[in-house]
Amino acid sequence: MRAHVASYDLVQPGSLREVLTLLAREPGVYRPLAGGTDVMVVYAGGKLAHTKFVDVHGLRELRGIVVTDDAVTLGALTTYTDVQAEPTLGREFPMMGQAASETGGWAIQNRGTLGGNIANASPAADSPPALLAYDASVELTSTRGARWVSYATYHTGYKTTVRAEDELVTRVRIPRIAPGAQGSRVHMFRKVGPRKAQAISKVSFAACVDVDGTRITSARVALGGVAPVVLRVVATEGALVGADVTTLDVAAIGATLSREVTPIDDIRSTARYRRRVAENLFVELTRKLKAHVGLGSQAR
Amino acid sequence: MKNRLIGTSVPRKEAFDKVTGRARYVDDVSFPGMIYGTTVRSKVARGRLRGIALGPGIPWDEFVVVTAKDIPGINAIHLINDDQPCLADGVINHPEEPVVLLAHPDKHLLEKARQAVVLDIDELPAVHSIEDALAKTAVVWGEDNIFKRYTIEKGDIAEAFANADVILEGHYETGAQEQLYIENNGVIASYSEEAGVTIWGSLQCPYYIQKALIPLFGVGPERARVIQLETGGGFGGKEEYPSMIASHAALLAKKAGVPVKIIYDRAEDMAATTKRHPSRTVVRAAVMRDGTVVGLDIDFAIDGGAYSTLSQVVLSRGLIHAAGPYSCPNVHILGRAVATNSPPHGAFRGFGAPQSIFALERHLDEIGKYLGIAPDEIRRRNFVKPGQTLATGQVVRDDVDMNVLLDRALEAAGWGDKKARFAVENREEGSVKRGIGLATFLHGTGFTGSGEKFLASIVGVEATADGHVRVLAASTEIGQGTNTIFAQIAGDALGVDYDVIQVGQPDTAFVPNSGPTVASRTCTIVGKLVETAALGLRQTLLGSGLLEEPYSSEQFVKACSAYVARSGELRAYAEYKQPPYIKWDEDTFKGDAYGAYSWAVYVASVKVDTLTYEATVEDFVALQEVGKVIHPTLAAGQIEGGVAQGIGWALYENVVWKNGRMANDRMTDYIMPTSVDLPPIRALFAESPYSYGPSGAKGIGELPMDGPGPAIVNAILDAVGIGIPRIPATPEVVMEAYLANTSVTRVCRATEVARG
Repeated sequence: MRAHVASYDLVQPGSLREVLTLLAREPGVYRPLAGGTDVMVVYAGGKLAHTKFVDVHGLRELRGIVVTDDAVTLGALTTYTDVQAEPTLGREFPMMGQAASETGGWAIQNRGTLGGNIANASPAADSPPALLAYDASVELTSTRGARWVSYATYHTGYKTTVRAEDELVTRVRIPRIAPGAQGSRVHMFRKVGPRKAQAISKVSFAACVDVDGTRITSARVALGGVAPVVLRVVATEGALVGADVTTLDVAAIGATLSREVTPIDDIRSTARYRRRVAENLFVELTRKLKAHVGLGSQAR
Repeated sequence: MKNRLIGTSVPRKEAFDKVTGRARYVDDVSFPGMIYGTTVRSKVARGRLRGIALGPGIPWDEFVVVTAKDIPGINAIHLINDDQPCLADGVINHPEEPVVLLAHPDKHLLEKARQAVVLDIDELPAVHSIEDALAKTAVVWGEDNIFKRYTIEKGDIAEAFANADVILEGHYETGAQEQLYIENNGVIASYSEEAGVTIWGSLQCPYYIQKALIPLFGVGPERARVIQLETGGGFGGKEEYPSMIASHAALLAKKAGVPVKIIYDRAEDMAATTKRHPSRTVVRAAVMRDGTVVGLDIDFAIDGGAYSTLSQVVLSRGLIHAAGPYSCPNVHILGRAVATNSPPHGAFRGFGAPQSIFALERHLDEIGKYLGIAPDEIRRRNFVKPGQTLATGQVVRDDVDMNVLLDRALEAAGWGDKKARFAVENREEGSVKRGIGLATFLHGTGFTGSGEKFLASIVGVEATADGHVRVLAASTEIGQGTNTIFAQIAGDALGVDYDVIQVGQPDTAFVPNSGPTVASRTCTIVGKLVETAALGLRQTLLGSGLLEEPYSSEQFVKACSAYVARSGELRAYAEYKQPPYIKWDEDTFKGDAYGAYSWAVYVASVKVDTLTYEATVEDFVALQEVGKVIHPTLAAGQIEGGVAQGIGWALYENVVWKNGRMANDRMTDYIMPTSVDLPPIRALFAESPYSYGPSGAKGIGELPMDGPGPAIVNAILDAVGIGIPRIPATPEVVMEAYLANTSVTRVCRATEVARG
């Protein structure tokens, strides 16, 4: 443990109201601490620059998953274990459970929270690409009130977000498809990490594509680890929407995706690798789509 | 002597204490008044130390501060050349060089103080690769950056190259690897004028530390005592490094007047302590069309880091293993250990052999691919046979038939079936391709050449008052099973039950020097001494009239007890005598490099995902001839663990260097495989007893580190047709090779020799 423990302050108000009051009184002074799965690693390494924290992990108000006709709404303290256990998510949003099951190991999955993951805003986080692909929204709450923002507009730069310093991530909402909607849906999630578990991703890929017959009616494709933020590749999505799966220009759209990502070299991988794998995973998505509409060989 | 214990899987001696948490490791131990120590390091790869300042905000008067000026004797960590200072004095040669030591009762404040020490260093140009060291872009050690140079010559290399059908050249590299024992390095030191220095710690070689403390403090051996506590793994990482941390703790304890504990955290242990030597090997092979290798010209270089430490010994083992288990008649091997500005690289399971074996075993597959000869077949055409000679001219005395081992391993791995199945499946559209690869190799048991003769190891056994027999040796239990196998060997020599035998705690005040716990020597060399000493004790007892044959275990215990009551003590010692046939010339590297070798065939089945370039091992067969398996469970455990470590080295464990410092100094970023990344590992044994090992046993511990690297990378070649020249073959490395479409003609420059 390289941190000097006495140099840190941790306060534990008993309720959401008290936490929000503290954040309003001294904006930016206290940083919310949820599962701590990222903060504690930095702390142990003696590199945790921020010294004042407010513990929100015990707030009952931020727990629980509510399923309604139009959405699944998850409390910010929903753990990765909770995500994997929720049957509606498993049925309709399988990439959520997949991402959760590939995050860290069991201990991390029991402790880490979706809200903490979103607030921490790492571009290598595992669940955010799936949240983007499912068009999720995030609720930000302060003493000034609560507001919903589309998760697609939440990240503004490397570890920066639209969250104001007095705001807390309180809920996440994933819209459900209306019963009787036309067509069918293809989900593809892939985390590419340095090993099968207990790993930080190098590249992650989440795509949710709606197909009516052979025509793509909606496409959301998101990647982690290839830009300062978890990224929706909107130009790629634009090229997919309206296209016919049987006549996709895979090379051209792949080139579009390649232009949209801006990966870097770091201690975990190289820019060349991240870009190439992102391209390959896109090609794999198109294979999956073709298999889905009954063309080509079975997707693997 | 009948084997009743040897060959059975008796319970481990210390298993109960370990699984119940009773075993006490160094961080579980505390002494009255004990305080904590820490190390201020240079952070600069190379430079001149101008000054040391204690920064503001710290109550420095509460701290014990030690610098090079406080060293009472010689400022060096005594090993072979004594070039490594205990604390930097003027010159900085790597970014983790210890400069200042601090001690304080509050661990947390200690860390804050460590960060407040300011070192004024003028930076100098540094060297960070083998190539730069050889090119002397800067001279950082001696006159030419070369710690040691050795050559091996056999036959006539020039003639072989002139008369071969084809010459194939390949360049291969292996990376550094962190030992990653579970327990980090740690010691406690105490000091008093009467007793001198006492060290308790997590370590492999108590007498190495004693030998380091003697010149550092200018004391005699009676005032430098080293006690090994329960040790959570070593893998070579606690061979020479503990001399450093023990010296530091001892200096602090002397100045503080109270015991001092230093425990490294994982980041410090990873960044500052030793790792496997990175290597670069150029193999030129002169080959006949039928696959016979008639000449091998090998240039083997290892990166030793900033100080010479054990590099010359690592180099010599690497060199001797470089030509493998083959009879090639004409060999020239040049070996060089070079200096760079990273922390010294050191002992790690395999000790140079995995590096050179990787190059040769990879190259054989490239040769086979070029000539259209299967990997198993090209090896069959070159295997050494008993009576033939290895590269050093050593005549093979072991009763080994590599063809038989190869047959058995291939069958166990389903080689033929898999080859056929993969060939069909790999033509399908999917992104996953599969392959199978192998490596065949040997590993010498014990110290190289005359090393064992110079060590002249001694083991004792003594009877206790209650009639038990205690083994006295400096050989340490580091998780590999020393205590257990010593008890088996002694028990069978004495013809008594397992529980009659105890193994004494390695403590330089009480145990003789049985040599370091390294080099796969503990079972074969030291175990044989245990057997001999036990037989001596038995003779004494039989001659005393207190015991008659045949006897039961109970009768033996009674007789022991009676002897001790009558005569005060009953002890027997045995000292190593080199087998008479061993002849070794250190100057020419000719002769019997090792008393015996263990022989092995490893087969890896691998899948490669061509979307992500990830290679995963799906099945692993490890077959070895080891003389005699003393303890089947422990032996299989050694092999399985070693193969796992070898898979890590081959595919995952990538040390990222930044200016000579390990940048990924935590387990989040330094990727070792976890259980879900590992295949079923099938450890198989063959036994051909060695006359000079206990019940015929040869070395096991290091062998499994040699085979996985080349077998896995050869399997990747089989899967996707890409010859990877370096490990770790991370997905990034595989991708670059894939995109470059690396093939045999690129990895190996093929030159058809013109025939007149």
